[in-house]
Amino acid sequence: MAKAASSLSRKANALLNWFDDRLPVTAFWNNVMTGYMAPKNFNFWYYMGSLALLVLVIQIFSGILLAMHYKPSAAEAFASVEYIMRDVDWGWLIRYMHTTGASFFFIVIYLHMFRSLLYGSHKAPRELLWVFGMFIYVVLMAEAFLGYILPWGQMSYWGAQVIINLFGAIPKIGEPLTQWIRGDYFISDATLNRFFALHVIAVPLALLGLVLLHLVALRENGSNNPDGIDIKKNKDADGKPLDGIPFHPYYTVKDIFGVGMFLILFSFVLFLWPEAGGMFLEHDNFVPADPLVTPEHIKPVWYFTPFYAILKAVPDKLLGVLTMGASVAVLFLLPWLDRSPVRSIRYKGTWYKVLLTLFTIAFIRLGLLGMAEGTPAQTWEMRVWTLVYFMFFVLLFFMSPRGKTKPEPDRVTH
Amino acid sequence: MKKLVITLFLAVLLLPLSSLTVSAAAGAGVEHSGANIGDTASLQRGAKWYVNYCMGCHSISYMRYNRLAEDLDLSEDLVMQNLVFSNAKYADTMDIAMHPDQAKAWFGKTPPDLSLIGRSRGADWLYSYLKGFYKDENGEWNNTLLPNASMPHVLWTLQGIQTPVYRQETSAGGFTHEVIDHFELTTPGTQSPQEYEETARDIAAFLDYAGEPAKLKRKGVGVWVIMFLVLFTLIAYLLKAEYWRDVH
Amino acid sequence: MSSDDVNKGRRRFLVATTTVVGGVGVGFAAVPFIKSWMPSARAQAIGVPVEVNLGKLKEGQLLKVQWRGQTIGVLRRTEGMISGLSKVDASLADPESKDADQPEYIHGEPRALNPEFLVVNMHCTHLGCVPQMIPQVGPQPFDADWNGGFYCPCHKSKFDLSGRVYSGVPAPTNLRIPPYSFLDDNTLIIGVSPRGAV
Repeated sequence: MAKAASSLSRKANALLNWFDDRLPVTAFWNNVMTGYMAPKNFNFWYYMGSLALLVLVIQIFSGILLAMHYKPSAAEAFASVEYIMRDVDWGWLIRYMHTTGASFFFIVIYLHMFRSLLYGSHKAPRELLWVFGMFIYVVLMAEAFLGYILPWGQMSYWGAQVIINLFGAIPKIGEPLTQWIRGDYFISDATLNRFFALHVIAVPLALLGLVLLHLVALRENGSNNPDGIDIKKNKDADGKPLDGIPFHPYYTVKDIFGVGMFLILFSFVLFLWPEAGGMFLEHDNFVPADPLVTPEHIKPVWYFTPFYAILKAVPDKLLGVLTMGASVAVLFLLPWLDRSPVRSIRYKGTWYKVLLTLFTIAFIRLGLLGMAEGTPAQTWEMRVWTLVYFMFFVLLFFMSPRGKTKPEPDRVTH
Repeated sequence: MKKLVITLFLAVLLLPLSSLTVSAAAGAGVEHSGANIGDTASLQRGAKWYVNYCMGCHSISYMRYNRLAEDLDLSEDLVMQNLVFSNAKYADTMDIAMHPDQAKAWFGKTPPDLSLIGRSRGADWLYSYLKGFYKDENGEWNNTLLPNASMPHVLWTLQGIQTPVYRQETSAGGFTHEVIDHFELTTPGTQSPQEYEETARDIAAFLDYAGEPAKLKRKGVGVWVIMFLVLFTLIAYLLKAEYWRDVH
Repeated sequence: MSSDDVNKGRRRFLVATTTVVGGVGVGFAAVPFIKSWMPSARAQAIGVPVEVNLGKLKEGQLLKVQWRGQTIGVLRRTEGMISGLSKVDASLADPESKDADQPEYIHGEPRALNPEFLVVNMHCTHLGCVPQMIPQVGPQPFDADWNGGFYCPCHKSKFDLSGRVYSGVPAPTNLRIPPYSFLDDNTLIIGVSPRGAV
């Protein structure tokens, strides 16, 4: 029995060697897994990267299966989604995987970005890592927008109408630009078909490329950690960081647990609460698109509502679009706005805790307001929080070089 | 300090937002229906009412007869004899003979397909809608949830005819106008008010089911999936804890 | 030292358990997605059984119907056609239909529930063309000793009046027999096997 086992393992080794002579399999494994020293003090916020990768896989998998039955034409799209929900064996499961996945993607990404605000993961030398991440975020928003038109319900149609009309606000080129985007004089079959091609092929390819760049940039400098200190500053006799542990097996094993917890939450929504009260699947989208009937209340899906609120806060159309754009663009500049000598919130003074708390409240509050109908009182509130949102970046810029800090430890704490 | 921050955080976050309702369901005039798709008998009655009273004008073309039979515990013979009035086959979808253009000419608006009305409006709205028909001052059919809709009260023989009793209301600007206070059943139908409520509830439950037949199945599957995942996650945790004994 | 061994053992056990439970999970999870490729309810609805009224079918006449995208032939055979079946056994590749794709309840040379009616899938078992029916006994350009049957123009495969394939032709097997049964003496239903049949 032992002989058979060792003979089998010798054969396996020989096979591995055959591959290694032709492809850097073992070298790659050592580089990103067993040889990649990650800080040992990762906490809850550090699950989000691997979970984002998991959701990406879930979306691609469920998306491909959906594309086997979905029909990207104005005449057949809506019916084809119901075909999937009713006539295709387990089609409802595939559909809910995709809609639940879309929302969970944004939950994970927002938490992932928030981690950076907590621990300064965007600061040098990881500025490019942050920038790639921001590109992923923007591309993801495009992907979600394109995907939402595909069921061709009332919200699909009118949401697309509103957003594409925003481009019309650009002086001179606005009108021809919207025609060019739509492929028609109004939102039609032409628009739907091209959005399908973009959503299924072009944007996922871009996303995969960006994720790859993001991971390579991460590997270049290694991960940050909750204390924000550089673990490479303290190495042992072999040149390995004292506070580092090999990614495999420690973080593979921890991430498997993270995946389990995530899938429990994911399954809870998918099987027991897929509409999430109308936030993940909007009620109006169960009505087929009707160019002649505008729904009472057009609003984007929850993950866009903070920016939608910022748009609505500004009374002028063009200025509103520019402000909304600026609210995303300013995030790209974070590595250069944050001039604090210290990375982590743990070693920054109360000033930062206050700023970050207000920023978070602003973002969430704007999100809730973006879902509401927009009474005058709500509009004023949106303006207040929009101001708070931008002031976070302004105050960060001015206060970060001189704000109170605490001495950073030499070694990681917890 | 931390407690203060958290309390402040939650307080601001949960500041009431006027009219922050994501769905229209909790609007004025919508009663709680008590519709229960777990009650197969209710769904069966609802199917019967629907096919007999509604399907003349409203198709439910994403439903198939054989799916209905399977989900509602009905035999093929029962369905073919009692629910199919056309030459539709057992596996066919529940379409209707009325052409949409003709319907538009007769009614002013094509009666919509109701396959998904259970998802877009909800059972409570549908229940309230069916209870909200009345004869107005012009002697025409009207409805509290869809004022001046062109749909007549197809169930009037069951419910009877109710007429509104008005009251005066003065708005902030000093204008007085009439508002419906309550209804009086001026002509009784073949069903008592409680029986009609059950009918309306059954139809609402049926349409709730028709909006998403998978709902009957997905919750059951979900419970098993979640139980399995809990087991898996527990084992994964033990694995993680075992390896992490090395660390620190 | 011994605690190290305990560790390794426990680790192997936990890795194995996680892998097995995870693998079982993946296995169960794969089922719905694989099943989603099966014909949908719509495909099954279109593929419903087809009723065939035999009242007007004359002797020697072939009626063709569509079932599940296939052309199914219903041939009303004469006494002569049926008795002539055994004459060609020697020239056939599979006279007893041992390798033929036919329901369990179809036996013998006539390959039918009622020998008078042949119900056969008309697609040549070579590459799917629909053969011509040539029922007359007598010399044919493709066979000097023709006893009546089906001739496929695409690659010259030949079948007898029970759809059994001749030796030495491209088609490998006898024409397929679909599931079918009799609703009454005058009505066939293609796609439904007789009650109690496998």
